[in-house]
Amino acid sequence: MMRLPKFVYHAPTSVDEAGRILAGEGTAARVVAGGTDLYPNMKRGHQLPPVLVSLRRIPKITGISGTPETGLRIGACTSLTQLGSHPAVKSGYAALASAVLSISTPILRNMGTIGGNLCLDTRCNYYNQNYEWRRAIHFCMKCDGSICWVAPSSKTCLAINSSDTAPLLAALGGRARLISTRGERELAIKDLYNLDGIDYLNKRPDEILTEILLPPAGGWIASYRKLRRRGSFDFPVLGVAAVLWKEPDGRIRDAKIYLNAVASAPLEAKEAETCLVGRKLDTETIREAARLAAEMAKPVDNADFGIAWRKRMARVFTERALNDLKE
Amino acid sequence: MSQKPYRIVGHSLAKVDGPAKCTGQTKFADDLFLPGMVHAKLHRAPLPHARIVRVDTSEAEKMPGVVAVLTGKELPIPFGILPVSQDEHALCLDRIRFVGDPVAAVAALEEDIAFAAMNRIRVEYEPLKAVMSIQAALDNPEPRIHDYGEEGNIHKKVALEFGDVRHGFAGADEIFVDTFYYEGSTHLALEQHAVVAAPEPDGRLTVWSSTQTPHYVHRALAKVLELPPAYIRVIATPVGGGFGGKSDPFQHEIVAAKLALKIGRPVKICLTREEVFYCHRGRHPVLMSVKTGVKKDGSITAMHFRSVLDGGGYGSYGVASTYYTGALQTVTYRIPHYKFDGVRVFTNKPPCGPKRGHGTPQPRFALEVHLDKIAGHLGLDPAEMRRSQLVPPNSITANHLRIGSMGLGTCIDKVVGGSGWKKKFRRLPRGRGVGIACSSYISGAGLPIYWNRMPHTGVQIKLDRGGGICVFCGQIDIGQGSDSVLAQMVAEILGVDPLTIRLVTGDTDLTPVDLGSYSSRVTLMMGNAAIQAAERARDLVARAVAKQWKLSPSRIVFAAGRVFDTENPDQGMSFAESVQAAEAEFGTIGTVGSYTPPPSPGKYRGAGVGPSPAYSYSAAIAQVEVDPDTGWTQVERIWIAHDCGKCINPMLVTGQVEGSVYMGLGEALMEEQVFRANRNGVHKIPSMLDYKSPTTEDMCEVTTYLIEDPDPNGPFGAKEAGQGPLLPIAPAIANAVFDAVGVRIDEIPITPEKILRALRSPDRRCGPASYPRIPMPEPIRVPLPGTEA
Ligand SMILES: Cc1cc2nc3c(=O)[nH]c(=O)nc-3n(C[C@H](O)[C@H](O)[C@H](O)COP(=O)(O)OP(=O)(O)OC[C@H]3O[C@@H](n4cnc5c(N)ncnc54)[C@H](O)[C@@H]3O)c2cc1C
Repeated sequence: MMRLPKFVYHAPTSVDEAGRILAGEGTAARVVAGGTDLYPNMKRGHQLPPVLVSLRRIPKITGISGTPETGLRIGACTSLTQLGSHPAVKSGYAALASAVLSISTPILRNMGTIGGNLCLDTRCNYYNQNYEWRRAIHFCMKCDGSICWVAPSSKTCLAINSSDTAPLLAALGGRARLISTRGERELAIKDLYNLDGIDYLNKRPDEILTEILLPPAGGWIASYRKLRRRGSFDFPVLGVAAVLWKEPDGRIRDAKIYLNAVASAPLEAKEAETCLVGRKLDTETIREAARLAAEMAKPVDNADFGIAWRKRMARVFTERALNDLKE
Repeated sequence: MSQKPYRIVGHSLAKVDGPAKCTGQTKFADDLFLPGMVHAKLHRAPLPHARIVRVDTSEAEKMPGVVAVLTGKELPIPFGILPVSQDEHALCLDRIRFVGDPVAAVAALEEDIAFAAMNRIRVEYEPLKAVMSIQAALDNPEPRIHDYGEEGNIHKKVALEFGDVRHGFAGADEIFVDTFYYEGSTHLALEQHAVVAAPEPDGRLTVWSSTQTPHYVHRALAKVLELPPAYIRVIATPVGGGFGGKSDPFQHEIVAAKLALKIGRPVKICLTREEVFYCHRGRHPVLMSVKTGVKKDGSITAMHFRSVLDGGGYGSYGVASTYYTGALQTVTYRIPHYKFDGVRVFTNKPPCGPKRGHGTPQPRFALEVHLDKIAGHLGLDPAEMRRSQLVPPNSITANHLRIGSMGLGTCIDKVVGGSGWKKKFRRLPRGRGVGIACSSYISGAGLPIYWNRMPHTGVQIKLDRGGGICVFCGQIDIGQGSDSVLAQMVAEILGVDPLTIRLVTGDTDLTPVDLGSYSSRVTLMMGNAAIQAAERARDLVARAVAKQWKLSPSRIVFAAGRVFDTENPDQGMSFAESVQAAEAEFGTIGTVGSYTPPPSPGKYRGAGVGPSPAYSYSAAIAQVEVDPDTGWTQVERIWIAHDCGKCINPMLVTGQVEGSVYMGLGEALMEEQVFRANRNGVHKIPSMLDYKSPTTEDMCEVTTYLIEDPDPNGPFGAKEAGQGPLLPIAPAIANAVFDAVGVRIDEIPITPEKILRALRSPDRRCGPASYPRIPMPEPIRVPLPGTEA
């Protein structure tokens, strides 16, 4: 059996207390929520934090408030199961509910949180292996080594962002609240990510993601399409989120399209968005937008399936996501 | 066969081990904890092929909590499952042959310490060129991975010709040639291998292991540890899934035993999932070529089948696997002249061996897709073409296999009728299609793995004067339900409730030898032995009771826990009373039964692989939906009919059929045991998340038809059910994909990428371009049965 390394476990009951522990411990400490991402990583020796600060005993950052009319505040420690089955989410943000319910398995969703999902470590099948395996390839730059085996000439790590909610929350204009002893800030979820498989989060280690803010529902329509091998359990090898704001006559006022799992951060398909604005969502427009979006996708050989096919699917899946939004 | 209705046999009774499994009380090997037990880990090689220059264990030894380290020097004797390939060492001596080959072991007070210490062992290697594919093994005779075998990196060559294929091809109207590839896959049993070895005060040793073959583990331990077999007791713990992956004696078993003897404490080794991927012994990747001569009506005049197997780093069952890729083509459709060339190469990957269907799913895939193409060319309905070419029952095939009962015709009729084949085939809208395939499998191998003339299995029964029945057998339930089958058969004969029977299984000290849970042999062989033992016990009791009642013993009947006179059912006694009568008459009541398969007609060299007391038959129809934009294939439904002779327990047979469909689906669509040749030969995806096997979400609907064509060699007529139903799944899906979108995927797995590639390629096919040129020896020429001089 693979075993967890030893660590000191803190379970504070307030954000302040958690912040103080994190500030005091410096880089030795790490936040844990559901642990569904962090614990497997610790077993494989990716991260070996001597101190863990659990957020699960902090009531204030669990749960959902607000209404679809005013927008929702989602506590970062809300479980994916809770989030995906919440009536306000299901009615006002159905695409989000379906993205959430596509994550992994029911058992993992009971443990995994939305905060953890947004802060999910990047993935690569040269990296998500245990210590002995990685030693056999002399390690990689993301952990214990210096080279990127996916593309040995690459200066940055190409591990991919595999969160199912990040692209949709970015497209919807969701915002994240971060708190530390040094203060509090709010940023757009699209700005939470860096295009770097190692330094993938625009967040300091002592900052706690406390809540996610969703804009009011209505006025926009959204779709999320996920590509994976199996109907459960699997991370996306491609995620396409599309959100459209339409004029009463059906013309598109604004469009947001994000692709995920093809790079270290969710990618905004700006050219595809521009192509959509001012037009109606007909077959021709969809095809063109999908082609433009797919150009952004440059999958590398570090996840399931071959890269040529994954790239091709970026077009097909964008087309399908947009087709979902036809009247 | 007797038409007498059975009371227990043939009924879907609950599994005898069900309550323990369902309440989490079954004790698997990993659940065993003994006082003073320590934990051991194996240090495994991080490169695919190298000479070991030096092993330095000093750092590990110094760690607090480490109690012993072990290197290959202390276990120099080689072992292996087949007598012809004793090529493994418990810890590599001077050479490692794949990433994951074990080099040293360390035992410590805690598993964590053992892990840490294992990583402090330093090994200096001199790397050797690695070969990572069939082609690379053929192209690089040097350096040799083993210094035995044929030549270069070729482990085994088999060339057999039955009858005269030249003559057969000359008589054909048309000749078809196809090449196919079947990727390797692993068993993925949920339970990871685990072993506990404990020294006994008198110098003896007890080993508990999750193994399908306690007898072979026993033999290997005795050999490598140089102990008399009587000093070693191997107990097979309930196996949490085997599928062939726990049929070899393994390094960790020998290491645990050696460490236990060395330090005088119980030693436990539980493999990680990654290590299980290294132990492997799974499906061989096989490249195949089929050439078939046919008449216009689809009848076959001759077939030449060639296969080359990627064996991985060691022999394992590989020689048998090689023969199996050529053995069972002949048992479904009439093939009057047949030629087989088989080659197994060594490569620097985990060793391949037996996985459910052992060596036969690959050729069956090739054969059934090939026949589908032929039917298309000849304008025949592939179901009817198959139906009209069946091997007759009670016949002998060109390669001298004796067929008994043969229910394939009924199987085909069932699935054709049930699926609405006639309305669907070539008639569904584009994107949807149906495909058919058939298969057959052995019910146990006719010959043992090591040559001997003893029975393949034995059953011993002890009757207790309280009415208790204790059945001893070396077989081990690996989840397939053999315990329940054993209990049901004995219960049928002795007329008791199977739940009252106590089973003692898989214990080399207590139970008569059974060769193990592999090759679909258990129900048939153990069953026959159990019937013999139970009937002997019943006859003793009947004689005693008959004497008491002054009747003929033939009038004594056993049913519902009672023993009575058929002609006067009110005259009766409880089973316990009847045993008391017998014990008073004869003394302690204990009987034995054993089983040896009938001799096979084949006498040529290589005739040992293929013969079986009975052959099961299956036919399957798959219905698929293929998305032409993505190549995505959804298997909507499988109709499958399986002729298992007689269902001892229909629910268990259905479970085996559905499980086979599930496993077949995984192989057909996604599973791949693949390696990164350019990155030190590491396994690409050694985890349950990344090695893709279907989840329940991906399972299709299954309609199962159980066909009963009793075989005179089977207990109550029963044949196998555990492996055969897997075989038609992959080819049925491949054929359905063709019906849906008109492309031929001649390569397993059938992934969306391959379908899309085929849809865009001019020949509308995805598969190997050619079969390699491999010089073969002159074939052993075997006259057709009945024509021998
Ligand atoms: C088998 C398997 C399949 C999976 N499949 C999917 C999938 O299909 N799609 C998908 O998106 N994910 C998948 N996941 C990943 C993971 O389970 C989910 O993303 C989950 O939501 C993570 O949440 P958590 O609370 O368990 O995170 P944790 O493991 O607790 O944390 C993950 C990371 O985020 C940090 N973190 C967590 N919460 C906070 C916070 N509030 N503030 C600051 N930092 C924080 C942690 O320090 C850690 O680095 C899968 C995981 C597994 C093991």
